Amino acid sequence: MKHHWLAAVLPLGVVAPAFAWEPTKPIEIVVPFSAGGASDQMARTIQGIIQKHQFTTQPIIVVNKPAAGGAEGMLDIQKSAGDPHKLITTSSGIFMTPMATKLALNWTDYTPVAMLAQDSFLLWVNAKAPYKSAGDLIAAAKGAATPLKIGGTSSKREDNLIVFAMEKVAGTKFAYIPYTSGGQASTQLSGGHVEANTNNPAEDLANWRGGATRPLCVFAEQKMAYTEKVADGQSWADIPTCASQGLDVSYQMLRGMFMPGKVSKDQQAFYTAMFKKVSETPEWKDYLARNALVPDYRDGEAFVTFLKADEAKHARLMTEAGFMAK
Amino acid sequence: MDDFSALLAGFQVALSWHNVGFMAVGVILGIIVGVLPGLGGPNGVAILLPLTFGMDPTSAIILLSSIYWGALFGGAITSILFNIPGEAWSVATTFDGYPMAVQGKAAEALTAAFTASFIGALSGVVLITFVAPLVAQFALRFGPAEFFAVFLLTFCSFIGMGRENRAKIIASLCIGFLLAAVGLDSISGDLRMTFGSTELMRGFDFLIVVIGLFGVSEILLTVEEGLVFKGKQARIDLMVVLRTWAGLPRYWATLLRSSIVGMWMGVTPGGAIAASFMGYGLAKRFSKNGKNFGKGEIEGVLAPETAAHAAGTSALLPMLALGIPGSATAAVLLGGLLVWGLQPGPMLFVEQKDFVWGLIASMYLGNLAGLVIVLATVPVFAAVMRIPFSFVAPVILIVCAIGAYTISNSTFDIWLMLIFGVVGYVFKKLDYPLAPLVLALVLGDRAEDAFRQALLGSGGSLNVFWANGLVGTLVVLALLLLFWGPMGDLIAALRGKNHPKTAEAAE
Repeated sequence: MKHHWLAAVLPLGVVAPAFAWEPTKPIEIVVPFSAGGASDQMARTIQGIIQKHQFTTQPIIVVNKPAAGGAEGMLDIQKSAGDPHKLITTSSGIFMTPMATKLALNWTDYTPVAMLAQDSFLLWVNAKAPYKSAGDLIAAAKGAATPLKIGGTSSKREDNLIVFAMEKVAGTKFAYIPYTSGGQASTQLSGGHVEANTNNPAEDLANWRGGATRPLCVFAEQKMAYTEKVADGQSWADIPTCASQGLDVSYQMLRGMFMPGKVSKDQQAFYTAMFKKVSETPEWKDYLARNALVPDYRDGEAFVTFLKADEAKHARLMTEAGFMAK
Repeated sequence: MDDFSALLAGFQVALSWHNVGFMAVGVILGIIVGVLPGLGGPNGVAILLPLTFGMDPTSAIILLSSIYWGALFGGAITSILFNIPGEAWSVATTFDGYPMAVQGKAAEALTAAFTASFIGALSGVVLITFVAPLVAQFALRFGPAEFFAVFLLTFCSFIGMGRENRAKIIASLCIGFLLAAVGLDSISGDLRMTFGSTELMRGFDFLIVVIGLFGVSEILLTVEEGLVFKGKQARIDLMVVLRTWAGLPRYWATLLRSSIVGMWMGVTPGGAIAASFMGYGLAKRFSKNGKNFGKGEIEGVLAPETAAHAAGTSALLPMLALGIPGSATAAVLLGGLLVWGLQPGPMLFVEQKDFVWGLIASMYLGNLAGLVIVLATVPVFAAVMRIPFSFVAPVILIVCAIGAYTISNSTFDIWLMLIFGVVGYVFKKLDYPLAPLVLALVLGDRAEDAFRQALLGSGGSLNVFWANGLVGTLVVLALLLLFWGPMGDLIAALRGKNHPKTAEAAE
């Protein structure tokens, strides 16, 4: 521990500070989801990268605050206005949780730091299922006596929106089963308890490679970019888009970092620079490839513009689906 | 026997000097974490996780799993000494452990608890060693309906096997269900019963409720009795351990039953909490000394500890083989695996053989190291009981308050803890059992989720609960257990006309 203490003190005296502001206390990354999930994995990967490359002299702590669909973590950041030693990982939940619960939360009360990537959604089925394409699944759904079961994470969130959009496009009904995590949705699919799920690549990767589940199509306008073979002799890039199989639904989710509100420009600039550096490390690129995330780094105005458009899109989708809290 | 030689190689890795050192450090840290209420295993592992990033994955997992063992052992210490369970699965340990401590038999109770933990964990590890792939496949057969059936089984066994007034058990259970429903409902995505309060949005954290119901209420009761705490001057030396061990073989049936219940509940993801309650409930019903349960019966300590640890250990199996964490601590460990670049799931056993068998070997050794270290501390902890209660009580209350606060850094939780302290006091005064409330609080919302998921899938038809052999068997078993008690009472009551004594025993 001694070494650590010295490392924390030295740069202040010897090396001229490169930034107008630098953290003086341990930095807390709040993850508004439970340990082991995709957001949590991302936060812990970033924690490892920052510490390995010594982008800051302060330790990084990852804290999970998953209660109430992530609202616990968001409220915590809301309450910490002015605290420059806190960060929160976000997904589209930053718009959806307030919309679905009527909680007085708004991303404009936070300080946007950087957008790190976009996450795709795929249509997965059990490896032994007869479906060859999304069209087969839709045809089966139309002919079924009771609605086919599709699993996903949480209610009135990303997966639920996708299934709602599928129902609208295909003109049929599904039984959407909300699980507490993508991992659970994947396990339930491999056990044959649901017909399909709409997991992110990372959430079903293990079961795809283990030969328990397989992807039918990706909910995006273009195919994914990763051409390295993953399983069944297929790469992520080999997976067709759902639109090409007659299921015209596309949806992606942002993954980014925010700070509490009322922090100074210098404090914001420090973290923006830090995440810029994180996004350029080979470890981060490995992480993106392993989880088949779409690299999409944005900060400053570009990030804010994206957020505004994305919020409007979600408000529209949530209203159409009737998920808005009354 | 490829696996066997892989296991031996694993032992070689785990037995290197620095790994044994990590084991000892991990166990001691784990005990500290386990003793402090509110800190608990998952938080302890989460805090220490970043320390391990510089280490090689095998050493790191050895350190972390040793913390896990230490925390598991440590949880029993406060349950027995102060009636404050550090973890949900230690609740059942307080029922007989605390009365034993009050009678001056703290050392015996601690030894029994530690040994039982060891036996339970060992049976879990043996299960993992030999039947990992088979068991992993079995766990896949659990859909929502099967999950619900397992929870139903636990609730029913608690009602059916309980010896308290059944109406009171059900009342307590219902209050627990009500508390469990507060917060975000994961099926509809709506907030329930929060009355606009952001504090209630989190729901009632189990630990805060338990610290209040058990710890604070016990302090209130003792204060009421006039602070004449019986600081028993029991002779405390390491011989206690051997004397207690000498008595244990008599309880082989309880140990065996609890191990099986624990392994079953660990693999079917019912979990350690359900297992500890079932282990206790079954032992109470089938033991010769059943009617002494709750008054300081050593079997009442052995049964829940064995079951909880068999389950806690078996729960690591689904985590490794399927990537589903069976417990909160397992979830944090899972996060650790991912950071080291290991993807849990069906491929882990194929691609990372060295790591998996190193981990399994470290489970045997870490558990053994844990047992040796905790047994050595028995005299120290038992000596705490000799300090007059008027000194200990304020310290316990402060530690409880800190524990409640740390869970989510909220002062509201300290008030909640005090309120539940009063609730617990009233329950005890009116002779209502606390355990069903805790059980319902922990498992209630999971049972509800599973029930509604099952019905969503079946289009609202209840047939899904006997649609296949597995779920049907579980439900029938649950109903059998539910009616076992009342039928037993009825039969006893009918016979009681001739033999008044039996009616009294059935109570």
